[in-house]
Amino acid sequence: MRLRFVVPILLFAALAAVLGFYLREIGRGKDVSVVPSALIGKPAPAFNLPPIEGNGTGLSSADLAGKPSLVNVFASWCPPCRAEHPLLAQLAQSGVPIYGINFKDKPADAKAFLAELGDPYAKIGADRDGRVALEWGVYGYPETFVIDRAGIVRYRHVGPLMAYDVERTIRPLLAQLAK
Amino acid sequence: MIAEIGHYALALALVFAAVQGTVPLIGAARGDPRLIGIARETAVGQAAFIAIAFFALMACYVVSDFSVATVAQNSHTLKPMLYKVAGVWANHEGSMVLWVLILSLFGLSVALAGRNLPPPLRARVLAVQGLIGVGFLAFILFTSNPFARLDPAPIEGNGLNPLLQDPGLAFHPPFLYLGYVGFSMAFSFAVAALIEGRVDAAWARWVRPWTLAAWCALTVGIALGSWWAYYELGWGGFWFWDPVENASFVPWLIGTALLHSAIVVEKREALKSWTVLLAILAFSASLLGTFLVRSGVLTSVHSFASDPARGVFILMLLVLFIGGSLVLYAARAPALKGGGLFAPISREGALALNNLFLCTAAAIVLLGTLYPLILDALGGGRVSVGPPFFTATFVPVMIPLLAAVPVGGMLAWKRGDLPGVLGRLKLAFGAALLAAIATLSLASIKSLLAALGLAIAAWLIVGALWDLASRLARARRLPRSAWGMTIAHASVGIIVAGITASQAWQVEHIALMRPGDVAEVAGYEFRFNGASQIRGPNYVAWRGAVTAMRNGQPVAAMTPEKRTFPVERQTTTEAAIHTTWLADLYVVLGEPDGAGAWSIRIYYNPLVPWIWVGAVMAALGGVVSLTDRRHRIGAPVRAARPAAQAAE
Repeated sequence: MRLRFVVPILLFAALAAVLGFYLREIGRGKDVSVVPSALIGKPAPAFNLPPIEGNGTGLSSADLAGKPSLVNVFASWCPPCRAEHPLLAQLAQSGVPIYGINFKDKPADAKAFLAELGDPYAKIGADRDGRVALEWGVYGYPETFVIDRAGIVRYRHVGPLMAYDVERTIRPLLAQLAK
Repeated sequence: MIAEIGHYALALALVFAAVQGTVPLIGAARGDPRLIGIARETAVGQAAFIAIAFFALMACYVVSDFSVATVAQNSHTLKPMLYKVAGVWANHEGSMVLWVLILSLFGLSVALAGRNLPPPLRARVLAVQGLIGVGFLAFILFTSNPFARLDPAPIEGNGLNPLLQDPGLAFHPPFLYLGYVGFSMAFSFAVAALIEGRVDAAWARWVRPWTLAAWCALTVGIALGSWWAYYELGWGGFWFWDPVENASFVPWLIGTALLHSAIVVEKREALKSWTVLLAILAFSASLLGTFLVRSGVLTSVHSFASDPARGVFILMLLVLFIGGSLVLYAARAPALKGGGLFAPISREGALALNNLFLCTAAAIVLLGTLYPLILDALGGGRVSVGPPFFTATFVPVMIPLLAAVPVGGMLAWKRGDLPGVLGRLKLAFGAALLAAIATLSLASIKSLLAALGLAIAAWLIVGALWDLASRLARARRLPRSAWGMTIAHASVGIIVAGITASQAWQVEHIALMRPGDVAEVAGYEFRFNGASQIRGPNYVAWRGAVTAMRNGQPVAAMTPEKRTFPVERQTTTEAAIHTTWLADLYVVLGEPDGAGAWSIRIYYNPLVPWIWVGAVMAALGGVVSLTDRRHRIGAPVRAARPAAQAAE
């Protein structure tokens, strides 16, 4: 029996062992459907975004360090972004720095959006081709990330923030990070 | 009553399969014609009883018998008839019945049409088919009974997942299963050959049509699935490297390799043990795909609701079938003697290279699909592997493979003349160069990768046609298989062109639009005329009205919809697509903002229709090749068996 004819069965045995082990984990109640952000506990991805034309100085990853903050991915064409906007304004009023990543938006539309609803953002970067959002692993809009003072990503929220999310999760986490 | 008949028929089919899986093997080993003959009758019996069960289940769906649990969970009286019927296989239990039905029909066709096979080989092939049938029938009966009753019966059913209520998807699973299960024929022939210890040109000629038929069906099945994802998921994309898509793509890649390596066995009696291995692996990959989709280890947009007990059962089947056949392979394959020397520059050398690339590609896709699972099992945390990985690894393997296709097809057997072939491909090379230059000078967005992609497309299409033309110049009549090959290779070029253009020049425009607003995308103006509510048979929908115009002239009235299915409490998007065959205009209705405006996504997808046209043409090429008279008539004469082996 020559070795190369045994390779397939050995590979398959290894694969079957992994699958079997994995099935046992699922049988014990492991939930495989949650994919947490790969970024949690890691520094925010490095980026440097230009401003929305004629609106501030843009946003880079260096801006995120110093104080616990939120990074919010939004777009003017996204109705849920509109829905969560008042909550962001409240958070900003209470002194939380919120950094905006304006996702695949036209400058004119984005400016009209901010003019109409108010601008809660400390700084905004325009991510016109969506590359930076891709690096953040964004798959639903809006998304909000909590960043600690060292620039480490601590929490991710997919979809519009609700008052419940802000009071139960975001504010306590920010308070804890501020200590 | 009908449900009980169906259930009983499945149990009887299991008995037939058990006899089919054992007695003929004993008969073939002892050389007893009576026991060998049982293979045929049991294959007929198994197919007949599974057909009874399948149609009994279909009857339950058609009359909406909600006392049957799977019908209550997956159907509804208001559902259109097409989806009541398609509902049979749109859920785990019913789709397994379709799976074994197709398996038994393949067995039936060997039993009835395989008269040119030597009786012991036919008996062994049917026995392996019978054993696979035993495994999956037992799986259905013990873990996934489609006929389980509910008492009391609900008055109304839960309805079918609205994403699946779609004509494209009604036919996607049957084609996919024809492909998956069709590879079981190659598998059974391979196992039978290993038991006999004999692989020769005649064997390769018997295996090839079955593999080709399975390959055609799988090609159509994958294309239908991708087409469905394109218009139903509303993201303008056609392939997402989703684990379930990958699970169907891996068998396709291995099956494609098998089609090519079987030619080498047939013509040159080389690559024997490799071809046997591929035949085992193609079906193994299909089984693995079945496992991944149904065990719940991978999450995906279209994995079935799953249950770990089923996962354990399928894993046991995998270990039995894949493990068993690979052990047999390790024991018997070393004795398969290859024939002849093997020059690297020759048709067989090119086909070996093709196998190397296709198998590498299959390994990459499999690894990318399983990597999150392996890493998690080893305690490495949860990751997801996405399109960037696959484009970065899969494309570099495909480029040399596709570049080699026209050359390989023209090389002679035994010793090819590479400079000569390259000289004859001057025209194709010129076309490729022209395509690259035209891309770089004319396209709005310059991209070297796009230039390379279109150059390869031109190289493949012109190369295939030129090869055909020069063969026609030499011989008046060409075998159908030559036509089939030309069509298949040229359609790969068409697919490559479609993928390249859509990746390089897709235009995406997302905007909040009010009635009357006009958006300009890729030279077209899209006017949003507003959205209104309409009522479908089992859904209510918002239908947007968008007029696509060019230079102010209306081109198409487009009506993207957002359907809400009250029974299933789900919403689906129906993209509006207008195709010019050179590009698709693609409009999706998003969310309203509550103040009269809607979020609208507009895509301009250049050459996207070519992807499906190419895929259907490739399958058609396979069908043309299947009608070759070599496959239809004439039992290949098998060389007399060497005396030394007859003693075993």
